[in-house]
Amino acid sequence: MDQVVPLLVAIPLAGGFLIPVIGRFTKSHRVTAILPIVMACGLLVIAILLLARPGETVVYWVGGWTFPIGISLVADGLSKLVVLIIAVVSLLALLFSLDYMTRYTSPGLYYGLFMLMVAGMVGVVISGDLFNIFVFLEIAGIASYALVAYGTEADELEASFKYLVLSAIASAFILLGIAFVYSVTGHLNLAKIAEVIRMGGGLTTPLYVAAAFFIMGFGLKAAMVPFHAWLPDAHPSAPAPISAMLSGVLIKACGVYVLCRLTFSVLGNHQAFGTILVVLGTLSMVLGALMAIGQGDLKRLLAYSSISQVGYVVLAVGAGLVGLGLAKDSEPLAAAARLAVFGGLFHLVNHAVFKSLLFLCSGSIEYATGSRRLDQLSGLGKRMPVTGWTLRVGALAISGVPPFGGFWSKVIIILALTHMAVLVHWAFYIPVALAVATAVVTLVYYAKVQRSILGGEPSDAAKGAREVPFAMCLASVLLAVLCLASALIVLPSVRARLVDPAVRVLSAGAGSTVEPATASEDSEARTPAAAQVAVKEGMTP
Amino acid sequence: MQGMSPIVKNMTRLVAGFIVLFGVYIVLYGHMTPGGGFAGGVILAGGLALVVLAFGEEFARKALTHEAAKTADSIGAMLFLLIALLGYAGGVFFTNLLPVGEVGKLFSAGIIAPCNIAIGIKVGAGLFGVFVALAVFRRAGAGSSTGMIEG
Repeated sequence: MDQVVPLLVAIPLAGGFLIPVIGRFTKSHRVTAILPIVMACGLLVIAILLLARPGETVVYWVGGWTFPIGISLVADGLSKLVVLIIAVVSLLALLFSLDYMTRYTSPGLYYGLFMLMVAGMVGVVISGDLFNIFVFLEIAGIASYALVAYGTEADELEASFKYLVLSAIASAFILLGIAFVYSVTGHLNLAKIAEVIRMGGGLTTPLYVAAAFFIMGFGLKAAMVPFHAWLPDAHPSAPAPISAMLSGVLIKACGVYVLCRLTFSVLGNHQAFGTILVVLGTLSMVLGALMAIGQGDLKRLLAYSSISQVGYVVLAVGAGLVGLGLAKDSEPLAAAARLAVFGGLFHLVNHAVFKSLLFLCSGSIEYATGSRRLDQLSGLGKRMPVTGWTLRVGALAISGVPPFGGFWSKVIIILALTHMAVLVHWAFYIPVALAVATAVVTLVYYAKVQRSILGGEPSDAAKGAREVPFAMCLASVLLAVLCLASALIVLPSVRARLVDPAVRVLSAGAGSTVEPATASEDSEARTPAAAQVAVKEGMTP
Repeated sequence: MQGMSPIVKNMTRLVAGFIVLFGVYIVLYGHMTPGGGFAGGVILAGGLALVVLAFGEEFARKALTHEAAKTADSIGAMLFLLIALLGYAGGVFFTNLLPVGEVGKLFSAGIIAPCNIAIGIKVGAGLFGVFVALAVFRRAGAGSSTGMIEG
């Protein structure tokens, strides 16, 4: 069972290099698409196999070399959850590409880069080693720069270049941060770094600098305000399935996930970093929504909305971080913090589902009408019933209308923040109020999208529109069903399987969960009793 | 670009083989001396780039094509992954299945030497591909090999 972990990276990586070669021999999109779809199915199967044992943390040492030489792959609750999201969204995006990408040339290159991007994202998520996180981050990043520019039109190239420059700056800061951490702690393994920091009595100045670099770097990858400038250009410029991947999973796997992992499990000093995340998250949430209102381009609007929704996730996770930092003996506060983390992760899952759906719908609309300007589109509801209904479902889910998953995650986030306001500091009422207000603003601009695109008489662009081919419809419908199904995560039994292991990983605190197996022979390095209890708690379902 | 003067061409004929040979040497001796797959691959690509510079674009289109570079690039990467997967078949991902041998001998260090060869192919072909792309697709509109929207 533990043996399957390296395949998570090996399968898409093989695809990334095999598919361009296959693409040399066939011009057919369908033939080229077979292998990536099979591979994405394989990833999904592995992800489900891993989730079948929810509480278990799998540590895999590459090449059989253990600490301190070896490189580890770790699949714990949080990694498994994100891997599942990646597998589901990439499978459906590939299904959508089957028809959508026939308008572009070089399918081999497209699917190859796609799988390379997936390999990078999965690698970031299952790597137990700081430097390998950076390596996989770059793999995912470089593949995504090329995919953003895939149409090779002037604006796409410009967007890709902007994304490349900003993302490269972020990567440089991350690398510098890694160098700082390595020079202070002498380790790159996440668990070891956490242990050294804890043994050494907390953070020193170089580590604070490194933390600032990480928050800046991964914050840029997660497109948090004020590091968001690249996203509204890059995400709309990519082909629709790639937009869905970028907004749906890339900013989460490469940004939010790593931020969570580093701040919760490695760095410690929860309050300070939690406060920063709360502030950044609130800013992103509010400003993203406000900037989305005025957009006339559907995909650009969706991109700003991504900034806003990821703001929710970061806000909730940051609040959880503050709560965990303060909750030394206070059980109610710890519970509120866990609820906040749960809300954040739940919203992360939801956002992956509905934002991919919305981007795929925007792709369908562009495919059918050739336009994505809100003022040029109207009356599509009757012309394209399947796309129309899936767009409605996605818009309602992201606006937080019951019974869709988005409603429950927003309610839980707001509830948890209110608890925090009561238990910690009244200032938490500010994000509570802003979260509610942002939910209303979100509802407003998605109502505007629905009204202008679906309602009314068909515009010139929409007159000749017909429903898109079957595979595109199928991908959208499956995601729409998932929008509804993700509400089931509030049920205790589903929650215990999917999200609770991830919450436990994060709430167990620094140095206890990243890698229990690193407790090596020398007695100094053994984890202290309290942390071992936390490890055991983390391991029983 | 029709190539450079006969002096440059003749010098290139003399030197290019040695440069490529030196690249191969660096790749093959990577597990014993400084260097290895990446450094050797860069030297390989440098030798090939010299040939293209001296003999011109036409030569690049006929003999050392961008497509061939792309394929070799993919093959190099797949070889590397194959080595890892062979280890996987033998127990652990990336584990060493070959005899370790004696330190200082050419046939030693297990899978490190094959890994270096795979990396050498990958890096050499990759860098050369980048060079050819920049040199040949320089003119606007020549970059049609990537996903332009048809029609």
